[in-house]
Amino acid sequence: MPKITFIEHNGTQHTVDAEVGKSVMQAAMDNLVPGIDADCGGECSCATCHVMVNTEWLAKTGGANEAENSMLDLNPERADNSRLSCQMMVSDDLDGLIVDLPEFQF
Amino acid sequence: MSEAPTLNMADFEPQALALEDIDVSQRSIWIEDKKMAFFDRLRDEAPVHYCKDSEYGPYWSVTRFKDIMEIDNNWQDFSSEPAITIIEPEEDFPLPMFIAMDPPVHDEQRKTVQGSVAPANLKLMEETIRKRTQKVLDDLPVGEQFDWVDRVSIELTTQMLATLFDFPFEDRRKLTRWSDVATGDEESGLVESEEARQAELYECLEYFTRLWHERAERGESNDLVSMLAHGDATKDMTPQEYLGNLILLIVGGNDTTRNSMTGGVWALNQNPGEYAKLRNNPSVIPNVVSESIRWQTPLAHMRRVANKDYEINGQTIKAGDKVVMWYLSGNRDERSIENPNEFIIDRDRARQHLSFGFGVHRCMGNRLAEMQLRVLWEEVQKRFHMVEVIGEPKLVPSNFVHGYTEMQVVLHSH
Repeated sequence: MPKITFIEHNGTQHTVDAEVGKSVMQAAMDNLVPGIDADCGGECSCATCHVMVNTEWLAKTGGANEAENSMLDLNPERADNSRLSCQMMVSDDLDGLIVDLPEFQF
Repeated sequence: MSEAPTLNMADFEPQALALEDIDVSQRSIWIEDKKMAFFDRLRDEAPVHYCKDSEYGPYWSVTRFKDIMEIDNNWQDFSSEPAITIIEPEEDFPLPMFIAMDPPVHDEQRKTVQGSVAPANLKLMEETIRKRTQKVLDDLPVGEQFDWVDRVSIELTTQMLATLFDFPFEDRRKLTRWSDVATGDEESGLVESEEARQAELYECLEYFTRLWHERAERGESNDLVSMLAHGDATKDMTPQEYLGNLILLIVGGNDTTRNSMTGGVWALNQNPGEYAKLRNNPSVIPNVVSESIRWQTPLAHMRRVANKDYEINGQTIKAGDKVVMWYLSGNRDERSIENPNEFIIDRDRARQHLSFGFGVHRCMGNRLAEMQLRVLWEEVQKRFHMVEVIGEPKLVPSNFVHGYTEMQVVLHSH
């Protein structure tokens, strides 16, 4: 299974095995990674699974889609590499992906 | 507005009525607290339901969790203009506010103020909130009956609001009054007439206009009035638009958290086993907070207008139709929430409720509300064995604000 590393705001790293076809958000939830709330359950409707993609990985993950952008825009702390992790699907291409978690979910 | 409805819903069991005759907006079932059984029937038999005639004209009811989420998410096809409650705005008294606007204007105005309640700012406020909560609780009588709504729920939320606006603290109960008047009407018993209501809201505008001028002359600070007075998207608002946005922020920060503060106490009293769990394990408090917000659903609905014909769950909503998303019903939908009628403080996925809405209009103050409730429960649990509810609380006679006007309690120490 592809591995994904989540880095908490305080620097704590969590490397987890992620199931192909599920979302990056789900991989975090399945492995009890703290710092992701996912209040809407993965429908791109709440923006509480916000992550910042390590810039070296941006080419592979791509940027936020239109619906994602309309939610991310409401967050004053959004960055250029911000994504909603429920909108990124795990694939073999993303093996090794690194994402940073924000200090707070919005 | 159409003729008065012929059937008084509260006189009937939901099953005794033809589906087409059901009107869940009717005040009688909210006053007598019979609405839940009507929502149960609609969710099962007509999840997207057309009511052809009501006090508010024809409207659709959407009652299942997933359908509500689909519509809430789709601002392109479902407009929030000109209002977000089932009642039509008064033609001679429009109150434009960003919650009742679509993107892009909505986004610009919201961005101006949302920093005030964004999590980074909340961290700075937590200590103040805790000290105030401690003071309010320490001043309460133990072993004597009093009204929890007035002395705790209203007091704490009103103090918070005064701080966010940097509003003169001694006048803070004016905010409570304006909040109640803004969502009330003649039948709520709060005001004598629509004219009297508007007159009170003009007083609110007048008061806040003074604050606006003060703040506009000073440099920008991080209170809400200053943010509005200096923000590019808001500094040129008309007075009516200023009033509309003030009411949005006052009601949003007041009527909602207030009723979750009361509703949580009431739910724990009805579920003594859950109260015992909380006593034994204070670390469950963040979950109690989410479960209380779901259980209470302090705003029962939000309304939209369809921009085009739209198929959902076998029905076709026509362009121009009014659509009411009943959050209160969605939060009791067993298709999406396990044992939804039970209050379970350590429920899995307690955060996945509809009370904050979803999509671009999702509650801006959600994190503040959660923090206020968390701090309240932390401090209550330190002090009291039980907040015992005496009798039944009195309900707000509204199909929008789902809350309490009074709840008598007695405190028991550890």
